[in-house]
Formats: sequence, structure tokens, C-alpha cells
Amino acid sequence: MRREVPVIICFLAGALFIGNYFSPKLQPVAQVVNQWAIICIAFAYVLGVANIFRINYQVITRKGKDWIYKVVLIVGLILMIYLGIFRGVKEGTAFNWVFMNAIYPMQATMFALLAFYIASAAFRAFRIRSWEAALLGITAVLVMIGRVPLGEAVWKEFPPFTEWIMNVPQLAAKRAIMIGAALGAISTGLKVLIGLEKTYMGGE
Amino acid sequence: MPSSELIGTWVAAGLTLFCFSFLYKDNPFYKFAEHLYVGISAGYWVSMEYHNVFRPNLWDPLMRLDLNILFSFPRAGFAFMWQSLILIIPFAFGILFFTRFTKNFAWLSRWSMALIIGIFAGIAIIGYSTGDLILQIRANLLPLWTGNWLSSLNNILLTIGVLTSLIYFFFSKEHKGALGAGAKVGIWFLMISFGASFGYTVMSRMSLLIGRIYFIFGEWLGLIK
Repeated sequence: MRREVPVIICFLAGALFIGNYFSPKLQPVAQVVNQWAIICIAFAYVLGVANIFRINYQVITRKGKDWIYKVVLIVGLILMIYLGIFRGVKEGTAFNWVFMNAIYPMQATMFALLAFYIASAAFRAFRIRSWEAALLGITAVLVMIGRVPLGEAVWKEFPPFTEWIMNVPQLAAKRAIMIGAALGAISTGLKVLIGLEKTYMGGE
Repeated sequence: MPSSELIGTWVAAGLTLFCFSFLYKDNPFYKFAEHLYVGISAGYWVSMEYHNVFRPNLWDPLMRLDLNILFSFPRAGFAFMWQSLILIIPFAFGILFFTRFTKNFAWLSRWSMALIIGIFAGIAIIGYSTGDLILQIRANLLPLWTGNWLSSLNNILLTIGVLTSLIYFFFSKEHKGALGAGAKVGIWFLMISFGASFGYTVMSRMSLLIGRIYFIFGEWLGLIK
């Protein structure tokens, strides 16, 4: 029951979707089961939030490290759930206001912060120690210059040259990576379905 | 400017500065913004799932169930309500997730996990086969001579690039001799690809940074018109 049933459920669900590709007769069943997965994922979100709540609540009650910030986290979480579920999520609602004026600016700033850290990483990565490192560094610089007006000012053909890098050598390696990743995903998927890969069940 | 918009601009500017303060060092302002971001983002996604998935796919159909119809006209009523009744199955699977919080029944949550993993493994096998593997191989079956030397050179480079990069990822045999030479050329193509991706990422992050700086000096302080 503890290990066999999940493997059977996993196999049947996966086999249904593989079978659906080869037999359109299975499509109505696959659509229903797909809806089940979407519903289960919604529950998984709630589980994740319950976990966030539990872990942070423990820190607050123990007055652990940074507990005051955990209060901020929990208050933000409860407030957003209250606004979203009871006051609606449409434009003009308080929920939308928080999204536009808190989530969006913080998300954009967090990613913008990476510009500084990428710059310091580039300083370390671009120290040319080998032919391969030189290729990496030179390509990165060419792509960066080719995407700003400075590139066109230096050499008229810079933007098309950058496009060529993206469309030929870059694409070749990217295709190989995609083919390799696809083979990896297919083999892992098969291993999961036939029960050779059971890490999703956790320990024990 | 309406007051809610004005307050919103000030809140957004304050939180932006709190996040940027990390450039100096980890500090209470950044920690505040970081924790607030995690909390409200989690709340945002739960609310969106509630409105976009939970209500239309589960709650509303289940609430439409009228047991009187079922008891009055058993056969017709059951057929009518079948689509709603069947949703009790995913509801049960969803509830099983929460057995994780119990000691004796935590193993039941694996059933829900197995359903999701199984469905996505099935979708991934077909999706990656048809969407990535076959399409990418087909896209690279190119004529090596097209009549135009530039496009022929591009096609040759694409073919060599894909083959040598794949050779680099082939670890079942030691990279020696012809295989080693192929793998070495593959590394060059991979390095060019990583460099290009790096440059591309830097530029996208820079545009985000410019956007935030523009917001601070333009929308908030009004120094940029």
C-alpha cells in the first residue's frame, strides 16, 4: 500500500497520457485526468503555503533568529490571501494595488540587482586563462555591444553580426543541449513511470 | 495624481530602495523587503490559484450538485451530475496532500504526488519527443550546399556544431582520438553558446536596472521628464 499503490497510480496516469497521443479515443479521459492534476497542483500550492506558515510560526514562537521579519512575512501572506480571496483580484482592487506597487517593483529590483552580481561574476569569468575562456568572454562582449546603439556606431554590421552569432554557432550548441535534455527527460520519465525512479516518494 | 496612485508610487519607490540597499550590505531594510516579498508573493499565487483553478474547476461544479435531483431521478440525475461527482476524486487526492502533517498517515500524500508526477511524466515523454527531440533533429537536417556560399557555410557550421556538441555530451566512451577532437570542437561551440547566453542575460538585467532607475528618477522624483 505504501509503495506499490503510488507506483501503480503513477504508471496508470503516465500511460494514459502516452496512450492518448497514439489513440484519440482516450482524449476525453485524458482531459478529465489532466483537470485532476491541475486541481491537485492547486492543493499543492496550499500545502506549500501551510508549510511556510508552520515553519515561520515556529521561529516566531521560539523567538528565533530574525523572528521579527518572519512576522512581516506571515502578515504579508495572510493579508494577501485575505485580499485575494475575499476582496477579489480584478483591476482596481486592493489585491491588484499590492501587486502593482509591491510585488512588481520588488521582483524587478531583485532581478535588476543581478546585473551588479553578473558584472562581478563576469570580472572573474572573463579573465582569459584558456582558448575556451577567451571564446566565452569575447562572444559575451560582442553580443552585449551588438545589442546597444554603441555597437552600430562602432561598426554598422555589428547588429547583424550579433544576430549571426545567435542564429548559427549559438543555435548549434543550443540544439545539441536541447536534444540531450530531451533524451534525459524522456529516459527519466520512463524510469518514473515503470517505478525505477521513486525519489518523489521521499525517504523510508 | 489620485491619492492611491501617489501612495503606490511612494510604496514602490521605498521598496525598490530597500531592495537596492543590499548592494551596500545585508541590512534590516533589505531583510524587511525580502520577507515581505516572499509573504505577499506566496499569498498572490494562492489567491490566483483559488480564483483561476480551485473555484471554476472544483468548488463551483461541486456546489452545483443538487442531491434532490439525484434522489428523484436516480439514472438521469446521476448522468447529469457525473461531471461534477467525478471531481470528488481530485478533491480527495488534494486533501491527501495534507496527511503530510500527520505522523501515521503521511505516506498517503504520496498518492497525490504520484498522480501529479505520473501525469507530467507522461506529458513530458510525449512533449519532449515531439516538441524538442524530433523537431530539433529535423530542423538540423540541412543541405550542406545550397548554391549560396554564405548559407552553405552556415548550414555546415550548424551541422558540425550540433554533432560535435553532442559528442561532448557522450560520456560512454573516453574522449580520445577522433572522439576527443570532436568533443574539443564541441566545447568551442558550447563556450560560444554560453557566452552569447551570458551576454543576452546581462543585457536583459541591465534593461530591468534601467527601468528601476527610470522609475526612481522619473516617476517618483520627477527629475526625468
